Order: sequence, then structure tokens, then C-alpha cells
Amino acid sequence: MSDPVISIRGLRKSYGDVEAVRGIDLEVRRGEVFAFLGPNGAGKTTTVEILEGYRKRSAGEVSVLGEDPEHAGRAWRERVGIVLQSCRLDPYLTVRESLALYAGYYDAPRPIDETIELVGLAGKADARASSLSGGQQRRLDVGMALIGDPELLFLDEPTTGFDPSARRQAWETIAGLRDLGKTVFLTTHYMDEAQRLADRVTVISGGEVVARGTPEDLGDRENRPARITYREEGREVELETTTPVQTLNELTGRALAEGRDLEGLEVTRPSLEDVYLELTEQT
Amino acid sequence: MNLVLHQFRYDQKAFWRNPASVFFTVAFPVVLLLIFATVFGDQTVDVRGGIKTTTYYVPAIITLSVISATMQSLAMSLVIAREDGRLKRGRGTPMPPWVFIAGRIGNSIVVALMMLVLLAAIGRLAYGVDIPWDRLPAIVLTLVVGAASFCCLGIALTAAIPSQDAAAPIVNALLLPLYFLSGVFIPDDQLPSGVIHFADAFPIRHFFEAFFDAYVPGGTAVSWDNLAAVAIWGVVGLLLAIRYFRWTPRSG
Repeated sequence: MSDPVISIRGLRKSYGDVEAVRGIDLEVRRGEVFAFLGPNGAGKTTTVEILEGYRKRSAGEVSVLGEDPEHAGRAWRERVGIVLQSCRLDPYLTVRESLALYAGYYDAPRPIDETIELVGLAGKADARASSLSGGQQRRLDVGMALIGDPELLFLDEPTTGFDPSARRQAWETIAGLRDLGKTVFLTTHYMDEAQRLADRVTVISGGEVVARGTPEDLGDRENRPARITYREEGREVELETTTPVQTLNELTGRALAEGRDLEGLEVTRPSLEDVYLELTEQT
Repeated sequence: MNLVLHQFRYDQKAFWRNPASVFFTVAFPVVLLLIFATVFGDQTVDVRGGIKTTTYYVPAIITLSVISATMQSLAMSLVIAREDGRLKRGRGTPMPPWVFIAGRIGNSIVVALMMLVLLAAIGRLAYGVDIPWDRLPAIVLTLVVGAASFCCLGIALTAAIPSQDAAAPIVNALLLPLYFLSGVFIPDDQLPSGVIHFADAFPIRHFFEAFFDAYVPGGTAVSWDNLAAVAIWGVVGLLLAIRYFRWTPRSG
């Protein structure tokens, strides 16, 4: 097992009296898509900007690709790609020119046309950035972050404000990055985005980690009570149970014996969205 | 150095495709020269023992165009790039930050030199204003020192501009009155001496005098004291820029 790409111990960051990040630990492994999930104001961007070397931390240990980003130099920047949460690109340069400009900053950039293809902008190579849709601009932004052929890519809320089809296209692009062997650190406040893209998820709220795991077992979803609902004589009945098979068997057995129907019978597990909302509920 | 040229090439592309920069930096000074020459063309100005109005306005408008290509254009474009997040994004790459600034300064100085050529040619062809070829080194030296100094001032000024919307009003509020008070729009002989003294406290007046001296017939080639005053302003601008320039957006 190789060293983790990102390793954080006891990370803290205060702005004046406000503590935005309150002791975060996490590790990101090589080649995985790691989702850092949390509501707005949870400390996601502060954390990611510390990892990117834009901000100084107040306390804790941080290692990204074996270096402290606060003191990392050009060689480190060659290995890292960054897509900021909000960045408008130069409106007067074309897709190809924007990529060529950034390619010139790196020692060993990726081929430009191949990168255009990768982010799905082949038909727009000679269009100016100003003529692209929001989703296309964001994919160009991802292309510019990839042009240096980085090992590690930071994506800060890459689909915020997108319509569903633009999100789907952005997701396809991001999913394609895993196939390239890139390590991706994705921050998002969309549960479904993390679920769709990530190998592992860490949820933060109020500057602290509140849950971590794979999208499937996040928040111990498998072991949470299931909910059974049905109608009986026009009345809604709702049961919560940790042994749904047994409960259901008793329920249906009794109904059959008494010759009744259980109208609108449904068994539901808490959705990932339910778990997420519960975890990040601010008190 | 290759990296600076690389950056410069793309800055040039973006500059010439931007209608606002082409209009305000290139077309506007030409239009001003045509207006002043048309309105006051056959009069004389009572400086240097009396010269034609057009002889006065050609170096005056070149002065304006240099400041416009440097201080004005840089302050606006850097604030826009900063608030768009492009400066911050660039800092996330291996490119050293000074390369970005050097590319922009190079772009400004090249545009300023082009404006010199363009306006001098219009002055010569349309109004018979002689180009003092024998003082060409002095003219270019004055222009480059002025352009570099006003670049520094433009970069420093970005620190005082909080948003994209505020860029044009702040820059114009500073420059327009000083163009009037420094004799760029209104010839010296019609300005009260108190106004000139006031304008002497600012770099535009010194740059105008230095450039005027280098350009008009009977001038003194390099006006060292005025050029030194401009350069001191430039150094102050540079120090302020180093201290206060920021790469990250102020808003949002």
C-alpha cells in the first residue's frame, strides 16, 4: 500500500474568533475519488484551500503528495490540478487557446486535442470561452486543471448551479478521471453527486467530521430502522423496525388470516439524502 | 523569459479581441486628437514662443494614450481578472506570479509604443506636425520610463478598487480631472498658474512635460527632472503594489 496522497491530522482554522475548521482528520488514497461532503458553510472550501496551498492553517498537520502545501513550490504545483469553486475564464480566448496558455505553464503537459476530447469539448475547440454554456465553461476549467497531467485533482463544488443535463455531463467527465488513474478530491454539497462519483465519502458539518465511509455504508444506513407504511380502514399506519422481515411476516400473516388487505404497503430504508440531512443538521 | 513571451502572446490576443480595450486604449485617443485638431486647428498656443495647436495636441494625446494603455488598462483588466478568480487560478499553477505581471506590463508597453507610432503618423500626415527623428532616442526613453511607471501605478491602484463595477469610475475619477489640470486637454497658456502648481504634485503633469519637451520643435530632448519625478512615482507605485496587490477576489 503506497503512502496516502493526502493526509490530515487535527486540522484547525480560525478566522478571528470563529473556528471554521475544528480538528479534521482524513486520508485520501492514490487513485480514488474522494468526496468531501457538507452543507454550505461547513468548512469545505476552507479545508480544500488549505490543501491547495492558498490558505494557512491555524493548527494541525497536513501532507499533500508528501509535502506541506503551505511551503510547496513549483515542482509540487506541477503535480496538482485545481478547479476553483468560482472562476470565470478569459472570455476572449478560445477553448484551444485557453488550454494552450495553461499548457505553457507546465514542463510536461498533456496533448491539447486529447484533453479537449477528454472534457467533451471537441466540437467547441475554436469557440471563445464567452460563447460556452456554464456547464461547458466548467468542463473547460477541468481541462485547464488537467492540462499539466496532475496526479491529484481538486474539484471544489464542480456542478453547483448546473441544470440536470449539465450535471450529468460533468459527472461523466469526472468519472472518466478515475480511469486515468488520477486521485480526485471532490467537495460538494450534493449527496447524489458523492453517491454517483465517490469511492469514499467524508461528511463534515460545523467544521467537524460527522461521518465517513463508502457511499453505500455511510451513516450505517444498512442497520438503521426500516419504515413500513400502509393504510388500514382509511387510516395511515407507520411502523419503524430494525427487523423488517420479521415484522412484515407478522403483519402480512395477520392480514391474510383476517382476510384483509394492507393498502399501499411500502417498506423503505432511509435514503442517503435522509442520512445526510440528519448528520448535518445544525443544532 | 520564454514563459513571459508565452504569457504576452495570449495577453495580446485577449487585448485585441476585447472591444472595450480596443476602443478606450486605441480608438479613443485617435478620436480625441481628431476632435481637438478640428476644433482648435488653426489657432496657436502661447508656449515656446507660440506653436500651432496641433503641434501642442499631438504630444498631449500621445501622453494620454500612454497612460491609458498602461495605468488605466492594467488597473481595469487586473481587477476584472482578480474578481473573476483568474489571478487566483493562475497562482495554482507552476507559473511564477511575476511572469503573469510581466506579460501584462509587456503588453501595455507594446501597445503604448504602437500608439506613439500611430498618433505621430496621424499628426505628421494629417496636420503636418514634424516627427523629431533626431530626438527619437529621447522620445522612446521618455515613453518607456513613463509607461513602466504608470504600469506600476496601475497595479498599485488595483488595491483600492473593490469590484469590477468600481474599476472604471475610480480610474476615470482620478485621471480625467488630472488630464484637464495638467494641460493635456487645455493648453498650458490658458491654465492659471495655481492649477499648474497643483498638477505638479502628480505624475501626469511631469510625464506630459517630459514628453512634450522631447517631442516639440526646440525641445530639450530628455527632460531629466520631469522624468525623475515620473520615475519616483513609479517606484512608489511599485512598492505599494508589492505591499498591497492581491491575487484573490475581494467579493464573493
